[in-house]
Amino acid sequence: MSTQTAGQHSSTRASTDTAKLSTHSLGMVFHRSGETIPVLENINLAVADGEFVCLLGPSGCGKSTLLNTMAGFLSPTSGEVRVDNEIVQGPDPRRIFVFQERGVFPWLTVEGNIAFGLANLTRQERDRRIAHYVQMVGLQGFEKAYPSELSGGMKQRLEVARALAVNPDMLLLDEPFGALDSITRLTMRHELLRIWQAERKTIVFVTHDIDEAVQLADRVVVMSARPASIRQIVTIDIPHPRDISSARYLELRDGIFAQIGLAHKI
Amino acid sequence: MKDLNLLVRLRPVAFIAVLLAIWQVAVMRHPGQLLPSPWQVVGGLADLLRHGLLFKYVVASLFRVTWGFGLAVILAIPLGLIIGWYHRADTALGPVIEVLRPISPLAWIPIAILWFGVGDLSAIFLIFLGSFFPLLLTAINAVRSIPDVYVNAGRNFGLRPLDLIHRVLYPAVIPQLLIGLRISLGVAWLVVVAAEMIAVNSGLGFLIVDARNAGNRYDLVVAGMVVIGVIGLLLDMAMRSLEKVKSFRWSYSED
Repeated sequence: MSTQTAGQHSSTRASTDTAKLSTHSLGMVFHRSGETIPVLENINLAVADGEFVCLLGPSGCGKSTLLNTMAGFLSPTSGEVRVDNEIVQGPDPRRIFVFQERGVFPWLTVEGNIAFGLANLTRQERDRRIAHYVQMVGLQGFEKAYPSELSGGMKQRLEVARALAVNPDMLLLDEPFGALDSITRLTMRHELLRIWQAERKTIVFVTHDIDEAVQLADRVVVMSARPASIRQIVTIDIPHPRDISSARYLELRDGIFAQIGLAHKI
Repeated sequence: MKDLNLLVRLRPVAFIAVLLAIWQVAVMRHPGQLLPSPWQVVGGLADLLRHGLLFKYVVASLFRVTWGFGLAVILAIPLGLIIGWYHRADTALGPVIEVLRPISPLAWIPIAILWFGVGDLSAIFLIFLGSFFPLLLTAINAVRSIPDVYVNAGRNFGLRPLDLIHRVLYPAVIPQLLIGLRISLGVAWLVVVAAEMIAVNSGLGFLIVDARNAGNRYDLVVAGMVVIGVIGLLLDMAMRSLEKVKSFRWSYSED
């Protein structure tokens, strides 16, 4: 997406006319029991086709709300979200939201979940896609299993498979690995990168984990505490597979640590 | 190990046998009018069988429950799903339902007889009332408690409202509905006995009042009670077996 090679820059405005997804002066205000709570303020962001962007911020800062407006589940109170230059009016199968693993339908088998968005296809094509994505996320042998019989990591892979099966342009992932143990989380990051490199979807990935963001993303959007605005966008100019002990990795990561205002010592 | 399992399995049977023995001994030591002995009850059951009444009355009671409960299921579940869905935030109908619900179906007996006369229709109406409100409330609450993720995921995959009801709402509420169905079938079985005592001339409830009125045949009264208990148990077991269906059971095995 970008030609900037500098590690960090504070521009929040990328070129928006070529963007796959863009937000324009986006703001969000919630009303709860008479109180007015500003959640998002003046978010301007452009994501290029095929780009992997992480939204990074402290818990409860509003980054999930931002992702929900991108998906079309929530309407912003000011500004707009555009996908392919069209204003987002509601959810659309071309951009699939991936929840934490509890988003899979527990009353359907693995096959049934993957086939959920494929009702309009011929039986042959549907079976082909199920087989393809079962293979891609490594759930062979579990086609007839129900989610309650799967581990957390398997459920998460199932949800990614269900999302990919409808061949969306874009995946919106909301702290997808947050509930997994740290070993499974590392494996899942690896898997997600492998799938992203194979399918080249545009990915917007919400996380509060700095390491996760720097390991995965082309660019990391660092957000402030609520009401969230964009503090800084950091381009991660390290090719995959990334060496997480390299000097450049540590430099970028520590830069974000400093930006968020965390002492890097415990 | 196998012997131990057998012992464990025999435990309830043994317990019932002990209770029956105590009952028999107690009646023998205090002969009187308090209770017929187990043997007399068995004799009463045999009497009923011989006259062909047992089968006839069981069928009559089950017939009324089937209609009353069936109508309640057909009306309460779709209505509850709709109310629950369109009033996820708003609760306009809630107070009306909350006032009607605690009124015992038995309180409706005079009105049932006024509207439908003495006969099957009255009994069916009372059973319907008894199962309708618990089912309606179960369905409403079940829809309200569906996690947003399922609804959002359904919308994300482009489902239209009818498909959303059919493919997300309905499967999502099934586990809770099954519990509601079990409870309300139990209520229906309670209500049929009471309704038959007043509104009709057949069935297990009628058997109990009739046996008392027609000569204090308490052996028949208790026989009727035993049959009611056993059939109630069988109905509950049938409902429970539905919970074993895998695509229904998901919420029970969820961690």
